[in-house]
Amino acid sequence: MKRKNLIARIFADGYLGLVLALLYLPIFLIIIFSFSGNSYFSFKNGFSFDSYAALFDPDKNAGLLSALKFTAILALSASVISTVFGAFATIGIFALGRRVKKVTLTVNQLPMINSEIVMAVSLMVFFAVFSFIFPQGMTRLIISHVAFCTPYVVLSILPRLQKMDPNMYEAALDLGSNPFSAMIKVVFPYIMPGIVSGFAMAFTLSLDDFVITQFNKGDTGIETLSTYIYEDARVKSLEPFWFAVFSIFFVVMFTLLLLVNIKRNGAKEDKR
Amino acid sequence: MKKKFKFRFSRKALAYPYMLFLLLFVVVPLVIILINAFLGDDGGLTLANFAEFFSDAGGGLTVLGNSLIIGAVTTLICLVIGYPCAYLLAKYHASSKVFVLLFILPMWVNFLIRTLSTKAIFMAIGVKLGMGTVLFGMVYNYLPYMILPLHTTLVSIDHSYIEAAEDLGADKLTVLRKTIIPLSMPGIVSGITMTFIPAISTFAISEILSSSKIFLFGDAINMHFSKTTNSFGVGSVMSLVMLVLVIVANVITSLTSKDEEVSSVL
Repeated sequence: MKRKNLIARIFADGYLGLVLALLYLPIFLIIIFSFSGNSYFSFKNGFSFDSYAALFDPDKNAGLLSALKFTAILALSASVISTVFGAFATIGIFALGRRVKKVTLTVNQLPMINSEIVMAVSLMVFFAVFSFIFPQGMTRLIISHVAFCTPYVVLSILPRLQKMDPNMYEAALDLGSNPFSAMIKVVFPYIMPGIVSGFAMAFTLSLDDFVITQFNKGDTGIETLSTYIYEDARVKSLEPFWFAVFSIFFVVMFTLLLLVNIKRNGAKEDKR
Repeated sequence: MKKKFKFRFSRKALAYPYMLFLLLFVVVPLVIILINAFLGDDGGLTLANFAEFFSDAGGGLTVLGNSLIIGAVTTLICLVIGYPCAYLLAKYHASSKVFVLLFILPMWVNFLIRTLSTKAIFMAIGVKLGMGTVLFGMVYNYLPYMILPLHTTLVSIDHSYIEAAEDLGADKLTVLRKTIIPLSMPGIVSGITMTFIPAISTFAISEILSSSKIFLFGDAINMHFSKTTNSFGVGSVMSLVMLVLVIVANVITSLTSKDEEVSSVL
């Protein structure tokens, strides 16, 4: 029996390992061959740092640096705005009557369930119709990013609010605090974990977005990392330069995500 | 008492700006798409856009059909690969969050980077770009979206149900068929939705991995809204069709899952 379990376990881990290998193989290959200096996945010219050296070539990195700048500005402003907006909105939604609350939350779900491309084109047409109010460029991009990020912020704060004991707030009022300071001093600290994870989610979603940005960037020359990659690498084949960029991206992304999650899990275990 | 009433009122008011925002930037744009679908080139009301799409004059209906097939195949492959994954993860590695995380992580790396990487590899090893590579790219991209909801429901299954089934004499296959799969149904449906909807409406993946030879519904919508074609009317009809598919998928999801939080685990 024990031996049978062991064999089952080996098969199970073998299968899981195989799927993981499939998921990570392209990533590892790109990282390995970013040191070959060519884009043919071969080391026939030996080991080289040419791909990385190309990062410092002003001709090549100008577009990339500008894209990085716009990506950072957009992701930061969109996530900050949607977090603040979403936090207050959630407190308000929570206090709404049942019917209105249900309708609001259903509409709130729309950007999350809707196909990205439908949301993207609908916003594009909307901005075109009201182009006299919404100038092309960053304004449109920030609005559209806030529109698809805030619902996630709301849904990450709402469960915390539902778990909160309403007496805590009442107690603050009874002890002489006014509604505003009760909200700042009692409600906000309690829903803080929801706010933080909402912010993290909004930031990553905005950072990662391609479709909505692609349709709403207009022709002001703004490119984010995603749209720049799409415009550049799609037409030409993948240059060695991109191997280096992707490798750096993979390593930074994975390290960050692993750190955040390990820390989060650690914090959870401490609480127990 | 009076104070409490006043406070309730002010707290509700916090929701109003957001409600207005949702109305303006989520609902109104969709209404504009709806109106657009009924507008002709001259700006008058017409059903010509619907006629053009549903008579397949521009090949739109064929593209939709192809996308549904490719989407269904992608979803099926993801389910076949992903279900055992989620099951084994829940069975042997329920305590190890990092292991589960490894399956989800690729989701957070930009899909264009991943897709272009696979394309470069296919080209380097001499695989001809076409249906096979598109399917690989789709499965590669959407597998985590399938595994995540499946895993969430599978770990939450109360183990005593499985033990009860075993005690009552069910063999392993029967336990799987009659207990585990039915109990994980909400996860299956939500995984299918999370894979199928993006798979039919994606643009870029099929374009990149088939060198624009394979044209999916998302690519078609993209084309109709591009500046060169500028056929917003038919594009709007296509967007509406997509919206209907999304709504149908989500109604099915919410009917099967009593727990509304499944889709929000992301």
